[in-house]
Amino acid sequence: MIKKEEVKHIAKLARISLNQEEIEQMQKELSSILDYFKLLNELDVSEVNPAFYSIPLKNVIREDIIKEIDEDERDKMLEQVPWREERYIKVKEILR
Amino acid sequence: MKVEDLTIKNIHQGLLKKEFSASEITQAYLDRIKSQDEKINAFLRISEDLALTQAEKVDQLISEGKSISVLAGVPMAIKDNILVKDLKSTAGSKILENYIAPFDATCIKKLKKAETVFLGKTNLDEFGMGASTENSAFKKTFNPHDLSRVPGGSSGGSAAAVANNECCCALGSDTGGSVRQPASFCGVVGLRPTYGAVSRYGLIAFASSLDQIGPIAKNIEDAKIIFDIIKGKDEKDSTSVETQSFSHSVTQSLSDLVIGVPKEYFKEGIDKEVREAIEKVIKKAEKQGAKIEEVPLAHTKYALACYYLISPSEASANLARYDGIRYGKSEIENPEIQSLMDVYLKTRGEGFGVEVKRRIMLGTYALSAGYYDAYYLKAQKVRTLIKQDFEEAFKKVDVIFTPVSPTLPFKIGERKKDPLQMYLSDVLTVSAGLAGIPALSLPVEKVKGLPIGLQIIGKPFQESEIFKVGQFVEKLVH
Repeated sequence: MIKKEEVKHIAKLARISLNQEEIEQMQKELSSILDYFKLLNELDVSEVNPAFYSIPLKNVIREDIIKEIDEDERDKMLEQVPWREERYIKVKEILR
Repeated sequence: MKVEDLTIKNIHQGLLKKEFSASEITQAYLDRIKSQDEKINAFLRISEDLALTQAEKVDQLISEGKSISVLAGVPMAIKDNILVKDLKSTAGSKILENYIAPFDATCIKKLKKAETVFLGKTNLDEFGMGASTENSAFKKTFNPHDLSRVPGGSSGGSAAAVANNECCCALGSDTGGSVRQPASFCGVVGLRPTYGAVSRYGLIAFASSLDQIGPIAKNIEDAKIIFDIIKGKDEKDSTSVETQSFSHSVTQSLSDLVIGVPKEYFKEGIDKEVREAIEKVIKKAEKQGAKIEEVPLAHTKYALACYYLISPSEASANLARYDGIRYGKSEIENPEIQSLMDVYLKTRGEGFGVEVKRRIMLGTYALSAGYYDAYYLKAQKVRTLIKQDFEEAFKKVDVIFTPVSPTLPFKIGERKKDPLQMYLSDVLTVSAGLAGIPALSLPVEKVKGLPIGLQIIGKPFQESEIFKVGQFVEKLVH
């Protein structure tokens, strides 16, 4: 069983606030899922390379040129911003 | 004209012969949705204005004597995690409840160019995380074959809408089985394309090394038509590939075919009805001359654990973007909140549903210092073994036949309580996703009024072979 403190730590890393009830629930459920993952310990993978992607990928490079964004698209994106002034996105104070 | 009988092909022919107009067809589907959808809840939103405008345009093209594509005027439904410009796209999440897509997904752009008609957006498990569509933040969708049962998930809305003739065809997305399993549960055809076959640009990301958009349709021919339009390279998705990579099928009949059958997919935990239905199809194919070969997929039993480490890890990174700053639900103007950190914590705590939180937590844990090697890296190594199993098998066989789901469609609420129980629904579909290979679900039988799907797994970029084989099987079972 993972510890309650650990659940709280992970929630903080994940930037998710959880109430007391959720923490307890999460502790139980994560523990049983992590237990299930122990199945993988049957396998010796010390000599195996990780896959990461299913197909071979290489970095894709393009010219570093500025592309104008469609104005309508830009305005519509800005309209989605929860807190802004004109074209500036506002955040809470981060320096005091 | 009855919507029950319509396929892409006969809509196209009907339009060309002027048996009906695109507007009439579209109106017929809209009427059907209005009278039927409150029963199954397949749609989250109807885009009536857009649909009728698109249909009028097709009618105008026809009246001007212009040539039209085979998809022109075909009424389609779109899973709500795929962006259609100026329409709400929520991914089934409260955090995107009011999000209006500022641009079209690449596949939508292609479908618009083909003059397809968009009827509306369909329900899904929040961000695609689930196997029953019960994890939608908005409503539950019911299986049209039995309203007390789930339609599968996460593309449950799209599959149910097609099955209930509320659209001619639909788009879904598949990460670990989210197109194939609901297609199987609803008795329709669903394709998960090869990774890279269809651009993911404009698909709200869940797990980027696994997500693929795929068609859901009434038959193989329709699925193929949609796939051929949406596939191909897109500069906005660096993992998408050139169309030349796709091979053409040369198979002429079932007797040209070697079908692989992995015994690992027919073991305990698979319902007797499901196993027998699939074995029956395999026997029929054998009678028609197909060669059946047993192939080992030895690491199958590890696939589910592997998938449930990799996909939540990727999700925990992808979903970091929902921070309440740039778009989506936000607590930033909540007067009780002072710090930026609290904006994040509260926005995400309130905005995400239980399953999404669980997976973000799981992924964050698997990627965190001290656990990375033991969980995440290990899973990626096991993924290599799963991929190699398929590579070996496909040296000997052309396609692989398995069930899609280990069980018949289950009851609403039956698995909601225990997350691990819900994850087990994906046990037969996650492997193809991890290996990045194409797989299709084809309805082959109904038992107790409930559909059973055959999974046809193919080699990378050999969707055309899967479709060809699927059409042979369609003839065998109908």
